[in-house]
Amino acid sequence: MRIFSASIALIIALAGPAVAQPLNEGDAVPAHMREGELHVDPYEISNKNAGADPISDPSVLAAFNGREGIARIVDSFVEGVRTDPRTEKIFAASDWVRLTRTLNEQFCYILGGGCDYTGRDMKEVHRDHGVTTAEFAAVVEILQAAMNEEGVPFRMQNRFLAKLAPMKRDTVTR
Amino acid sequence: MPLRAAMAAGILIGAPVTAAHADMLDFETGGKLLLTRGVTDVDGAAGGGITPWAVIAGNSTDRGIGGTAHYTYLDLPDYTFESYGAAAGFYNRFEISYSRQEFDTGSTGAALGIGDGFTFNQDIVGAKLRLAGDAVYDQDKWLPQIAVGAFYKSADHGPLLNALGAEDDDGVEVYASATKLLLAQSLLLNATLRYTDANQNGLLGFGGTNDHQLQPEVSVAYMLSRRLVIGGEYRMKPDNLAFAQEEDWFDVFAAYALNRNVTLTAAYADLGSIATFEDQRGLYLSLQLGF
Repeated sequence: MRIFSASIALIIALAGPAVAQPLNEGDAVPAHMREGELHVDPYEISNKNAGADPISDPSVLAAFNGREGIARIVDSFVEGVRTDPRTEKIFAASDWVRLTRTLNEQFCYILGGGCDYTGRDMKEVHRDHGVTTAEFAAVVEILQAAMNEEGVPFRMQNRFLAKLAPMKRDTVTR
Repeated sequence: MPLRAAMAAGILIGAPVTAAHADMLDFETGGKLLLTRGVTDVDGAAGGGITPWAVIAGNSTDRGIGGTAHYTYLDLPDYTFESYGAAAGFYNRFEISYSRQEFDTGSTGAALGIGDGFTFNQDIVGAKLRLAGDAVYDQDKWLPQIAVGAFYKSADHGPLLNALGAEDDDGVEVYASATKLLLAQSLLLNATLRYTDANQNGLLGFGGTNDHQLQPEVSVAYMLSRRLVIGGEYRMKPDNLAFAQEEDWFDVFAAYALNRNVTLTAAYADLGSIATFEDQRGLYLSLQLGF
């Protein structure tokens, strides 16, 4: 428990106190949340927040090597956006534990993996990030690199990217 | 202001603009995904090889200024064709372009009675405005990216072109293009409608037995990877000169992005009959630099 508290304190120190608060002791922790996640204001949980309908063709999910492949892609993608000079500033204050979890849910939901998305919608999430078109394109490239690493064929990557591309409208704000 | 002048020169010659300079002038460079700026079409506009597309030249997005420079060489059985030029794209909205075309008749010139090594040339100034849509990101809509544009073309050797039956040695073409990337299918489609009276794209002058007509052009491209696209194009042509039949053009092409700044295009182009010489088919190579 002490380690848990310490890691929360560390994350808060990194993220800055204005960005997020820890869950108070005694607060009900939603079942989907992971240890180490920071508090977010309440919102209505819905798969609609994922921003795209799922792909029903099972060959796409298979090309992504199922949920395990998605998890590897998300890990590599999160590491990419966190370290790439083009995107590191956008994600500077992110709750990485939560981001990794919600991206896994979102990718899995859209790729037809049978997951539910419990995160906020794209407009809400990116409201204050000031993302530009060039930065959105950089994120696409980082995701392409992560999918390449997982061995996802290019045409299958494009099936997924076609679902994500319209999110530019809710994500790019300047 | 010397810096602005240097920037303008940089844009014209396609030189990279440093981030520091861009900051001072309050615009960005770069930011488009690979190959989404298209290649340089034969008229100098951003597009496919022989037809303009609705895309805007250069790598810049809605927040910046970009551009391209190109050199194209086409080796035909009885002629050679070269073009070079540059284009600038502003805020992914507006494009201006310039291209110089040189059509060398080589020993064919003597057979045509115009002299050995005679060269038909023209200068082309183009402008294009994106009206609606986003070919790349609007994957949940049917609306393509739509642009309208115009070329002013001015050919050399006016008296000779008149003697060949052309009405004018300069002319204006206007066009509308619709470009749609069907990302889930890895396919890009383009349709262009051009209102033109140009003979062999203007190299043999403008008008003759007919005035301006609408001519459709289509392109289909399939993306094999982030860097490599293959495809084909078909362009319908007017047929205005009494002395020689003009035929439609088509090509099959491969465009390869070496990196963000360099794209190589190779094509097999069939330009049909040109000035009575049939079956003008050959290898088309184009180098494009972009920022």
